[in-house]
Amino acid sequence: MAPANEEEEVRLLGKWPSPFSNRVVLALKLKGVEYKYSEENLANKSDDLLKYNPVYKKVPVLVHNGNPIAESLVILEYIDDTWTNNSFLSQDPYERALARFWSKTLDDKILPAIWNACWSDEKGREKAVEEALEALNILENEIKDKKFFGGETIGLVDIAANFIGYWVEILQEIAGLELLTVEKFPKVFKWSQEFINHPVIKEGLPPRDELFAFFKASASKK
Amino acid sequence: MATNDLKLLGGWFSPFACRVQIALSIKGLDYENIVENLNPKSDLLLQSNPTYKKIPVLIHGEKTICESAIIVQYIDEVWKNNGTSSILPSNAYDKAIARFWVSYIDDKFFNSLRFGLFAQDDESKKKYFEELEEVLLKLEEVFNELSEGKEFFGGENIGFIDVAFGCYLSWLRVKEKFTGTKKFDEAKNPGLVKWAEAFSAHPAVKGILPETDKLVEYAIALAQRLAAAAAADAAPPK
Repeated sequence: MAPANEEEEVRLLGKWPSPFSNRVVLALKLKGVEYKYSEENLANKSDDLLKYNPVYKKVPVLVHNGNPIAESLVILEYIDDTWTNNSFLSQDPYERALARFWSKTLDDKILPAIWNACWSDEKGREKAVEEALEALNILENEIKDKKFFGGETIGLVDIAANFIGYWVEILQEIAGLELLTVEKFPKVFKWSQEFINHPVIKEGLPPRDELFAFFKASASKK
Repeated sequence: MATNDLKLLGGWFSPFACRVQIALSIKGLDYENIVENLNPKSDLLLQSNPTYKKIPVLIHGEKTICESAIIVQYIDEVWKNNGTSSILPSNAYDKAIARFWVSYIDDKFFNSLRFGLFAQDDESKKKYFEELEEVLLKLEEVFNELSEGKEFFGGENIGFIDVAFGCYLSWLRVKEKFTGTKKFDEAKNPGLVKWAEAFSAHPAVKGILPETDKLVEYAIALAQRLAAAAAADAAPPK
């Protein structure tokens, strides 16, 4: 456990089904940092959310001793800089640059491709699926034979890839697609199993049934 | 051969490549500057950035680093203690704030500017340039808060936000030429007006930002290529 400072206050404004919000939960749990959690309803944004993230009005937002930080990847680096136990970013500048590159590529290229495929309609489906498979292939080439993207221990990229490790399996089932399978992407699949079975990660991920029900309900509204 | 074994795959027209050049300049580092034409993309570029096939790429010995903001942080971290000023702040919270605003600039500012410049119809142009004005009002606030009365977003020295945002100045000058409106409204963005002058005159920046006329020519040619591509996409299949 990270030493508790009596005056230290850590708050997280989040949404439990959001992988971005969950990234911060995982990071705080890996560091053993105690925090207060507020579930945000984005249809009815709290005063705190509007105060702490006026630019985007989105979650997650971390508030540390009254100081807010928004954008999940920015928050993750802040957490690693501030609580120095159980580092998930190397001290080596090149390793850091690679981790930042892959986290950004996940957000800019890989997650959107897979998300689009899962929510695509008949017309755009074929192309969207092709792009999603290309995106997963990029990851397959990158994970190689490592246990985690971070090597032997969970790193920044693993946390950022929580969507791949956990959300994709649920969303593809709802969409009736086979994107991430052990046959198509054995290395990413193997990684996903290591990830979701990691003792700290396991405790931090939202329950599968509830997550499934949440996205299933969203899908039927379309 | 550069003494630090540094090569930059860049282009004079790219604000992202300029960021890296300025960072290297702040740190007083020699490097080999390889200008990429992008038409066609060189083998070296395709090999060193297979994911995006974009410039800039920094090649440091055997290592390749992509994405301008990531490269700038790499340079700042590797040459942390060589007697030159730091680009990122040292405090974790200030670093987070700097990273947040650079991410905002690359999203909101960059997209309003480029979509505005290259929009095919006047209505879209107007919409994007209005968004751009909103973004600049926000950045004026940010500048006032972070500079604390000094010349730069980074305070006394140019920092991460200065390098990231400053490299868009030449493209803002292109917008000036295209639209006839000043890059920063003197009434609404007085802070940014002064900042732009200070940034452009800074020794680490001088000679790196492209000349406006040359960039305008480049932008016109780019606009024509984009218009032709859009027309080709819209044309009914043969």
